[in-house]
Parts: sequence; C-alpha cells; structure tokens
Amino acid sequence: MIEIKNIKKTFNGKEVLAGISGRFEDSNTSLIIGGSGTGKSVLLKCIVGLIKPDSGGVYYDGRDFINGDRTIRTQIRREIGMLFQGSALFDSKTVEENVMFPLDMLTDMPKNEKLDRVNFCLKRVGLENVNKRMPSEISGGMMKRVGIARAIVMNPKYLFVDEPNSGLDPLTAVTIDELIAEITDEYKITTIVVTHDMNSVMGIGEYVMFLYKGRKLWEGDSQNIVETNVPELKEFLFANKFIKHMKENEANG
Amino acid sequence: MLTLIGHLGRYLEFIGSLFRNREKFNVYIARIVDECILIGIDSIFIVVIVSSFIGAVTAVQTAYNLVSPLIPTYVIGLIVRDMTVLELAPTITCVVLSGKVGSNIAGGLGTMRITEQIDALEVMGINAASYLVLPKIVASIIVFPMLVILAGFLSIFGGYLSGTLTGVITPNEYIYGIRADFNQYNVTFALIKSVVFAFLISTISSFQGFYTRGGALEVGKSSTNAVTNSCIAVLLFDFILAQLLL
Repeated sequence: MIEIKNIKKTFNGKEVLAGISGRFEDSNTSLIIGGSGTGKSVLLKCIVGLIKPDSGGVYYDGRDFINGDRTIRTQIRREIGMLFQGSALFDSKTVEENVMFPLDMLTDMPKNEKLDRVNFCLKRVGLENVNKRMPSEISGGMMKRVGIARAIVMNPKYLFVDEPNSGLDPLTAVTIDELIAEITDEYKITTIVVTHDMNSVMGIGEYVMFLYKGRKLWEGDSQNIVETNVPELKEFLFANKFIKHMKENEANG
Repeated sequence: MLTLIGHLGRYLEFIGSLFRNREKFNVYIARIVDECILIGIDSIFIVVIVSSFIGAVTAVQTAYNLVSPLIPTYVIGLIVRDMTVLELAPTITCVVLSGKVGSNIAGGLGTMRITEQIDALEVMGINAASYLVLPKIVASIIVFPMLVILAGFLSIFGGYLSGTLTGVITPNEYIYGIRADFNQYNVTFALIKSVVFAFLISTISSFQGFYTRGGALEVGKSSTNAVTNSCIAVLLFDFILAQLLL
C-alpha cells in the first residue's frame, strides 16, 4: 500500500500541488486523472522520488520514502517499476539489453538466468523474437510492451505508469491497459497509472483520484465516477462524447 | 555575476555528485571502453585532417616570414616543432575536440534527459550522473593525450611534407631543425594541458547536456553552450597553465 500525505509542490512561485493526500491499495490499479497541467505527472514524480515535494510524505507500506534514510530509499527504489510516457527505452541498447539492464545493474544473477528472466518477461507482455531489435526498429505499442517488461523484470511491488496510451491507436491502447491490469492482479502489485484517457478510467480503474489545478477534487471507484456532482469532473468526463452519449442513454432509459 | 557564480556552484556540485553512490566497478570498465571508442576512435579522422594541414601551413608561413638570409632555414623545422608541441597540438586539437566531442556528449545526454531515459535510471535507483558521465570523463582523460600525441606527430610530418614538396626547406634541414635545442619538458607540458582540457571539455559538456530542460530546441542549445563554454574554458586554462608551468 502506498500512502501520500499532504504533498505540496511549487515551481517558481506557482503552486502545482496544493496538499494532496490519498491511499493506493495493494493489488489495485489506481488511476490519477485530470486535464493537462493539473499536476498529475508532478504528483507521480513526487511519489517515485524524481521530484522532491516542498512538504508532505510518501509512505510505501509504512516506510517513509521522502525523509527516510538512504538505505530505506534504496530498498524502496529496488521495489519500483515504472513505464514512462515515451517508454524511455535506451536508444543504444537492444530490446533484450533494455529489459536485462536492471538485472545487470542491480543483481548478481548469472547470465543464463538473466536471459531466462528477460525472455519470460518479454513473453509475458506478448513479445517474442524481438530480442535483438533496436528500439528504433519497433512500433510505439511494442515499445510500451518492452517498457512494461523492463518495469516488471525485477519483480516489483509497486508499478507506476505515466500516460500509457499516449501516441497509441485505440485498439493497442486497450491492449496495453489490459496488460497493466492483468500484471497488477497476477503479481499482486500496487499500480498507479496517470492518464487522461477515459477508456482507461472505465476499463481498468479500481480507484480513481481526480486532480484539478493541483487539488484533489474527487476520489472513488470508476463505477461511481459518472454519478459525480463535482462540476469540474463532470466537465472532464463528458468532454468525451461517447461517455456523454452513454450517460444520456442511461437517463432516457 | 550572480548567475555565473550560481552556474559555477551547480557545476562543482554536479562533479561532486559523480563520485557519490557509485555503481559496481565492473559496470564502469565496459562503459569506459565504449566511450574510448566513441570519443577516441571516432575523432581520429578530424584530428588527422586538422593537425596535418596546420603543420603544413605553419611550415609554409614560417618560410614566408623568414626574409633575412642571416637566419638559417632549419629554423623552420624548429618553429614548427615548438609551435606544434606547445600550442597547436594540445590547444587547437582540444578546441576542435570540444566541437566534435563536446557537442556529441551534450546532445546525447540532452536527448536522454528529454526522452526520460535519465529519469528511468534514477527510478531504478542508479546514480545516473555517475553511470553516464564518469566513464566519459575517464575515457576523455585517457584518449585526449593520445589524440594530442597523434596530432603533434602529424603536424610535424605535415610541415615536413609541405616544406620539402614546396622546396622551402630540404629534408635534412627540417630533420635537423626539429631535433635542435629540444626541450623534453615541452612534451610533458603538452600532455598536462591535454589532460586538463579533457577534464574541462567532458565535464562542461556533460553538465550542459545533463541539465537540459524542454525539447529538441533545448538539446540544440545545450550542444551550442557546451561547445562555446568548453572553448572558452580551454583558452582560459591554456593561459593559466602557461603562466603556472612555463
């Protein structure tokens, strides 16, 4: 379980996060949603330690990540996997080397065991026979899959995903969403996904946190989200014509 | 002025961060070998071209300026040698390398930054600065002196070819000139300069690239800044080292 308490962050005097708190439960796919510039990615970067918040705390199963000692922070980092918006694969390495990289850097496993683990992870995300290809030689959807394989290769307890569907066609986006949800369930991972894609919200969101101008305006499960009375969330949700249409049809019986 | 001091402070802090929480030793060995190839082997062509022509031009221009019949012709060889060893080989080669290597380092790191590859390393708990930059510095310190030695040899050889082919000096006079009044310390001085310049170019370029913010435009700006700042630093330290060591 990941708990965040009163996270605040300001850039050049502009308040980006105004005291965000929340709990992300084990084996759940939790979503942080909101429009562009609402602080979703900044919050995610605060949670994984890429940005230090001005105040507040992040607790991984009760362990203080922000103010805890270096040993605890290092230990937590080894339990984190992350898929970045642009996949963030290393250009100069092959698919296999990319997925093997955390094992090379952080473990003393023998080469053949590492290779087995890499092949297992690539197979798990639906990729085979691409080991020797460079990132520039595969499609955007395949890059996301390789990113997921790299994120899970160390058996993480926590998985973070930043805009998994950006730049993907709707069908591939759904496949990636389903893959994230399956992996979360299968390996009992605590997963946090930052997105503004309503298909992801309706498809895989077990817990949803809505941010607006750096503030948390709503939280709950995706089944209740369309019943919201929060005007900003309504505006965000029903900007998607499909959901608006669905809601109107429901209202008309 | 305050901005300059701020930048200098961040630069020193960046260099300090390279040595904290380092990775396993064997990780660096492979990376250093890769960087030696990237920085060294890939720079040989430009070094060969620049140094050969600089030596050739120096020989011809020295001959053109030797108008007094009282000055022996072998002095052309002596001047080419001393100019090459003291200044042309270490300084001009490193100014050229600050363009070739500096822009490559800053562009590479800048691209890694804007495509979140550096963030990916940091999320894994890897000291990205140390993992990416330290091998570049070590590789530069290893290969720059080698490139300077190569440049020195080719510059003197270029002077020999141009001098003898144009008929301004005979081969024997040139050989006599480059051996006359030779001071070994000049070579030591050139190598010290190449090590200092290697450190400056690799660290300044890495600093510019590592802290790139924004998109492709900013990567270009970082590369330009890396080359400009490296050149200024090389010339400034060229003067300081000459004052201190000669």
